[in-house]
Amino acid sequence: MGSYLRPRTIEEAVAQLAAGPRILLAGGTDYYPARVGRPLDDDILDITAIPDLTGITDVGDHWRIGALTRWSDLGRADLPPAFDGLKAAARQVGGAQVQNAGTICGNVCNASPAADGMPNLLVLDASVELSAAGSVRTLPVGEFVTGNRATERRADELVTALLIPKVPDGARGSFLKLGTRQYLVISIAMVAVLLVPAADGSVAEARVAVGACSPVAQRLPALEAALRGCVLDAGLADIPDPSHMAPLNPIDDVRATAAYRLDAALTLLRRALREQGGGAA
Amino acid sequence: MSDVIAFTVNGRDASVEADPMARLSDVLRLQLGLTGVKVGCEAGDCGACTVLIDDEQVCACMVPAAQVEGRRVETVEGLADDPAMRKLQDSFHRHGAAQCGICTPGMLMASAELLRAEPKPDEQQVKDALGGVLCRCTGYRKIIDAVMDAGNPPPAEEPAAGEAVGSAMAKVDGEPKVTGAEIYAADAAPEGSLWLRAVRSPHPRARFSIGDDGPLRARFPGLVRLITAADVPGHNGFGIYPHIKDQPALADGIARFRGEAVAALVGDEATIRAIRDEDLTIEWTILPPVLGVDGGLANNAPAVQDDKPDNILARGNLVKGDLDKALADAAHVAEARMETGFVEHAYIEPEAGWARRVGDRIEIFATTQAPYMDLEETANILGLERDRVRIIPSACGGGFGSKLDQSVQPLLAVAAWVIGRPVRCTYSRPESMASTTKRHPARMRARAACDADGRLTAYDFTGDFDTGAYASWGPTVADRVPIHCPGPYHVPNLRARTRAVLTNMAPSGAFRGFGVPQCALVHEALMDRLAASTGIDQLEFRHINALRKGDEISTGYALEASAGQAECLEALRERWAEWRTAADTYNEGANSALRRGVGIGSVWYGCGNTSISNPSTMHVGIAADGTVTLYTGAVDIGEGANTVMVQIAADALGIAASQFHYIMGDTDLTADAGKTSGSRQTYVSGRAAQLAGEDLRARILRLTNAVADAAIEVAGGRIAVRDGTGAHEIDLGALEADARGNVLTGEGWFDPPTTPLDENGQGKPYGTFGFGAQIARVEVDTDLGTVKVLGVAAAHDVGRAINTQQLEGQIHGGVAQGLGYALMEEYVPGRTDNLHDYLIPTIGDLPPIEVILVEDPEPTGPFGAKGIGEHSLIPTAPAILGAIEHAAGIRIEQLPATPHRVRAAIKARDHG
Repeated sequence: MGSYLRPRTIEEAVAQLAAGPRILLAGGTDYYPARVGRPLDDDILDITAIPDLTGITDVGDHWRIGALTRWSDLGRADLPPAFDGLKAAARQVGGAQVQNAGTICGNVCNASPAADGMPNLLVLDASVELSAAGSVRTLPVGEFVTGNRATERRADELVTALLIPKVPDGARGSFLKLGTRQYLVISIAMVAVLLVPAADGSVAEARVAVGACSPVAQRLPALEAALRGCVLDAGLADIPDPSHMAPLNPIDDVRATAAYRLDAALTLLRRALREQGGGAA
Repeated sequence: MSDVIAFTVNGRDASVEADPMARLSDVLRLQLGLTGVKVGCEAGDCGACTVLIDDEQVCACMVPAAQVEGRRVETVEGLADDPAMRKLQDSFHRHGAAQCGICTPGMLMASAELLRAEPKPDEQQVKDALGGVLCRCTGYRKIIDAVMDAGNPPPAEEPAAGEAVGSAMAKVDGEPKVTGAEIYAADAAPEGSLWLRAVRSPHPRARFSIGDDGPLRARFPGLVRLITAADVPGHNGFGIYPHIKDQPALADGIARFRGEAVAALVGDEATIRAIRDEDLTIEWTILPPVLGVDGGLANNAPAVQDDKPDNILARGNLVKGDLDKALADAAHVAEARMETGFVEHAYIEPEAGWARRVGDRIEIFATTQAPYMDLEETANILGLERDRVRIIPSACGGGFGSKLDQSVQPLLAVAAWVIGRPVRCTYSRPESMASTTKRHPARMRARAACDADGRLTAYDFTGDFDTGAYASWGPTVADRVPIHCPGPYHVPNLRARTRAVLTNMAPSGAFRGFGVPQCALVHEALMDRLAASTGIDQLEFRHINALRKGDEISTGYALEASAGQAECLEALRERWAEWRTAADTYNEGANSALRRGVGIGSVWYGCGNTSISNPSTMHVGIAADGTVTLYTGAVDIGEGANTVMVQIAADALGIAASQFHYIMGDTDLTADAGKTSGSRQTYVSGRAAQLAGEDLRARILRLTNAVADAAIEVAGGRIAVRDGTGAHEIDLGALEADARGNVLTGEGWFDPPTTPLDENGQGKPYGTFGFGAQIARVEVDTDLGTVKVLGVAAAHDVGRAINTQQLEGQIHGGVAQGLGYALMEEYVPGRTDNLHDYLIPTIGDLPPIEVILVEDPEPTGPFGAKGIGEHSLIPTAPAILGAIEHAAGIRIEQLPATPHRVRAAIKARDHG
């Protein structure tokens, strides 16, 4: 039989983690599905009673998204258009039940290749704040997640927040997700795009990421470079080409073939860029 | 470890002592008795357990009990306290939004969250709010209607005496489905029941031996017994066919598919939950498995079953006319091939039940479609006389064919019998998916020919079906498919050959259509091709060839009546032309990757078992106090049999349906009405119900010497009969009561008229056929390969509509399953044993469905009625595939048409 702890403060939580490894639990939407028909006997640290982990706050040069921020909190939050892609993802994860329980931090920590939060967090240049007894460190999400179900979190650390640097005015994010049905879909492929416009109507900065096409979602630096300086209109859709997909390494599985994933990701990228450029998606 | 957790539930304070990590769903159900909270997957995939916590919908299966400390939980049981929510429940009931009802509590709670924030939601808001709850019966459309109408539900329809048939009266068993009071198989068990969990083979083919269970029992004192094959008191085998009892209750030394039960742990709840499979000592010798039809037919393939060295379980054969000559003489010949995979029934209620020994008898309460078959199998397995077995069907949370076979019943029966204590069991979702039957994968090819005028002259079909490790309904696929393979068309020259091949896969069994949904994909592809060859419109080509009264069918007998295929096609003509034109116009102006198309599918399907006796017996009784009861052995699995039987019996007797009580399925109280399968209940059991009502009416008229059209009123212990000659009365209290407490009883028995088929498959296989056609319009994203179904119109010849609401519900649900079959469903053993990898349609996938009921009465059916259950699914996938071809110029030859397959076909088209 496992033991169950539900601390009230971060200090208490990290002290308990320092005493030995535990499974961290928030919304439970990944924990329980992995244990259907099996005993629930893990040592658990339930972080849902820690008020300091809640809330989305403007902290000057960045936004802080507390570890207990649920998808539905994000979907309703008053955030600048740079977050539109992340908010779109929040409304497409699972069904409303999962959105009301699951957390964006949990999505990152679960480290699924198909995590809907990841491509959006990558284009937002998000970092993960890790707290341990007497120390706090931050890591960019792309470095934090190291592989399929693998992260840099040490057993004594607790992810306390996601930190997202402020993006220049006018920046807008978008997200497209592809699955075989409406609602309750695990992505076959997904793309997140964030464009920062320049005063002259060109692309000052482009950030592009693709999920479910590699063990960890990937930014596409070559495409981003190609987009920079282009006129920000529907013609952006013509920029991506297969060579830009080099960082991706999709698999064949029950949902789709690897070749299809690459092909679909390219189509989704073109559509996202066309839509950002003012055309129909 | 357990903590005291205090919260409020449905407005009242609750305090439970529970493991803090226990699933809230278990705490609510098992500790607080709130069994309206349904459990379908324990993984957040189905939403059946949706409750509100602090006004927000969540899946109770993923909430640790400790997290509700101090919070407000609401379940379906508390909904009616809020008048607005009681109206929502009424709306569900009156719209027919609950069929089996197992998803209904989840749907209601998700709706409650929405309606409190937005009392007048639009359709998109309803979909967004309910998108996390799966339904396998309804096709969702009536659910959407019910939520949008929740503020102002339609009035209840209460037909007067003699007017029940043809009405849209709501389900007689509908109210408990919307209040959460309905008792499904996992919702109850005798006090003190032990729990049972099966241990299953992780290998598709392996020898095994189970070691001494002493150490296990020492480590887990709560383990009462480890049951193995050696404990089976009677014959360790069951199967649909009386001569093939090849599937063991518990495997005996060899496991033949991944998921086969090899042992059963029985003990207290906590112990059974705590034991892992790895805690048992089982020595496995892994053997090379036989996988797929090719694996089974390979020269050196091992035999899946020793007495079938060539792995061929059954062959089907049908020969009519001179095929070779007809092919040689034909003006046009077309060929088609098709491959399909395993399909999972995915009812939201996993298998469950309990059993107990009562003296020298055994009682089983379980979810089932066939109580009398359960009774026979249990008697065999326990080595008991049949009258020592009682089967009590629970409310059934969806069946679709799989709950015809045994699942929990043999395990529970053996355990309760040898231990002498009541035992309960609920399958987990992965267990349900791994161990129960599937739709047969098929590999089919066919040729069809027609003359220059487009009249079909020849059809040549071969098909191999993967029947899995045990027979189940495999032979049925081998005999039903040859009969149905040419479709509802007149074809004078015909040859059909089928094989059911044994493999080390889960047994393939009955699934809404028994092989016909597979072969319909081929005949409809061929109709489209021949229509193109002849230059005739696809609908008109089908109309030219539609089977009509007097036409000889594949088995050489001429249809005597009730053959409304042509009328169904005619009913769709206008919509077909409108949709085709609109699609062509859209495509001409298209400047994106989207293309639209419209396709058509036809169906015929014989009602009842193929060429064998399958009678039903029904009783209607009146007690001394005037209570009128229908004793129906026809199990309602959500499709509405309870309601339909009451409507038919009420009109036959001549009193209002609202006066009827009913008892369903209990084998001690109801006679054998066969299985709820083969679209036979309305036709066969319905006829028996009509005859029972008429028999009782005749008795009453005889007692009062009244004339045939007399009016009968039953009230307060008296029957008043009025006719032209005056009023008569029967004092029921003066009559002697029988064992069921009835003083007057009517009996009805009906067996559809059939004959055996000869060696060429010729004869009269069914008493009647249902006919139908559907058209689907789709939008194909040619760059992504995704397909969105925009609309379906369905016309079905049902003989006579007994209940228009239930019929619409059956058709909507059939379309939904056909849509899933066409576009997303494929079961892969070991990889899709859950409802997030195995996808079924959600509320967002179902388009509006237009239903047209055609009534060409069947003289042997009740008031002219025949079946619909299977007919509604069969034409959908062919119509969708035809629509994809119209839109994108590709013919899909492997189901499901997932985006990657559609995209690959489009690329192949473009690169020649």
